[in-house]
Amino acid sequence: MSATTAIGGFPARDDKVAESLARRRRLVDRAVQGLCILATLIGLVALASILFTLLWRGFSGLRLSVLTEITKPPGSNGGLLNAIIGSLIQTAIGTSLGTPVGLLVGTFLSEYARRSWLGEAVRFVSDVLLSAPSILIGLFIYQLVVEPSGGFSGIAGCLALAVLVVPIVVRTTEDMLRLIPESLREAAIALGAPKWKSIVFVCYRAALDGIATGVLLAIARVAGETAPLLFTSLGNLNWSISLARPMASLPVTIYQYAGSAFEDWVQLAWVGALLITLGVLALNIAARFVLRKRSD
Amino acid sequence: MSMTQQQSPTLQAATKPEAALAPTRIAISDLDFFYGTNRALKSIVLDFPEKQVTGMIGPSGCGKSTLLRVLNRMYDLYPGQRATGKVMMDGDNLLDPSIDLNQLRSRIGMVFQKPTPFPMSIADNIAFGVKLHERLSKAEMAERIEWSLTRAALWSEVKDRLGSSAAGLSGGQQQRLCIARTIAVRPEVILLDEPTSALDPISTLKVEELIDELKRDFTIVIVTHNMQQAARCADRVAFFYMGEMVEVASAVTMFTAPKQRRTQEYITGRFG
Repeated sequence: MSATTAIGGFPARDDKVAESLARRRRLVDRAVQGLCILATLIGLVALASILFTLLWRGFSGLRLSVLTEITKPPGSNGGLLNAIIGSLIQTAIGTSLGTPVGLLVGTFLSEYARRSWLGEAVRFVSDVLLSAPSILIGLFIYQLVVEPSGGFSGIAGCLALAVLVVPIVVRTTEDMLRLIPESLREAAIALGAPKWKSIVFVCYRAALDGIATGVLLAIARVAGETAPLLFTSLGNLNWSISLARPMASLPVTIYQYAGSAFEDWVQLAWVGALLITLGVLALNIAARFVLRKRSD
Repeated sequence: MSMTQQQSPTLQAATKPEAALAPTRIAISDLDFFYGTNRALKSIVLDFPEKQVTGMIGPSGCGKSTLLRVLNRMYDLYPGQRATGKVMMDGDNLLDPSIDLNQLRSRIGMVFQKPTPFPMSIADNIAFGVKLHERLSKAEMAERIEWSLTRAALWSEVKDRLGSSAAGLSGGQQQRLCIARTIAVRPEVILLDEPTSALDPISTLKVEELIDELKRDFTIVIVTHNMQQAARCADRVAFFYMGEMVEVASAVTMFTAPKQRRTQEYITGRFG
């Protein structure tokens, strides 16, 4: 091989050394590749077994009565209607309270406070909130609402979920608005548009799909939250859609039922877990669909 | 490329008639511009004649785009950028802090280097700017949309899909839409910041023909890297170098008998 001749006055390359180096390299390559595949398999097996168990036990208990009956004492064939409705109400109100706040804060960070210390501080706090343990949010609302008002209530649950929604929407809104080229804002300004019109009519529209995706992901996140609801809406085994009284929700019902000694309650917990999983799955698929439409 | 685009700037300028003397629309004097502490424009004195095309040429970073962004106060968006001196239009100094910027920008429109269609329909792109300054009925708006698209030589290509997204247009069509959007507001002055640098030769030709047509109604200032383009489009040409306005003359004089050595070196391609 010509590469083994002396170039630049150095001694010629030793073919044996080159061969042993190459062998070592191939070995390391194979070892790393093997480890990667093994780690992926462990993760996938765990995930698949969770999903399989959930589907198996969930579907085997799925009956129409789950959707038409409310929770009942053990052994009397109850359903999850109050928990499902409670979850829908709390998630809907929580999201509609948290989204506008998150949207405006995200807009502030992206459009008004890019290089200011206030913007940096708000962004930092929002990011901390994003990864804060959700039980702390529950305790926060407990102190702020439940204690002063003298009892657990659906509205307290909504507020706790809203606090969780805010930082998610802040982050996606800011990220999506920052992706918009400066030239688009300048083009609106150059026509004589005030800044707020350039934001509302041009920037929001350009970032709409991304922002909507963020909201969908926020819904998916809070729909499955248990901890923040334990100290706020508490859960309710009776039918109640009053925001002033304790309210049932799927995650809290699962938490209560799954640990119980009654077989039919445990069965219902599996069904509830299946329903939440399917709901979150649908939301994630919807989010992907919205994003795909954007890139077309 | 067409034949005319391959000729030298000198030949092109020499074959066009000398532009008639026109009254001054905007008069700049003693203009300095700062990016922070960096002085990007130095004591600029320059007039823009009414209903003529003034071309600004010079190497990258010479200050020609900066000057354009002074005229509609676009630099106001960015803290740390400031201008001092006089930019007079109808007896007002445009640099005066009391000037209403939205109104100023309705009188001095701007088209950017890259096409910037808004994420809405073709018709809404035009209506967006008009609605900021005028209250029109549906019929009046439709008329304005047709007028501006016709003036921008785009009407025949889009008249059947005014409701569809502007993002679906080609780059050249998008740029003409941006021009239509600007003239729909009916400004007095149009600023063009290298409007064809992102376009193919055919689209470039269309935009250049358009500029020639538009100067009947509008005072036009165009920044360009392309000297052939300056020679083809501009009545008067100003040469900028390192923040200074070196020389201004009619396009004919500029490309046949420049007075300054730096101008001559630049237009003959010795640097830049």
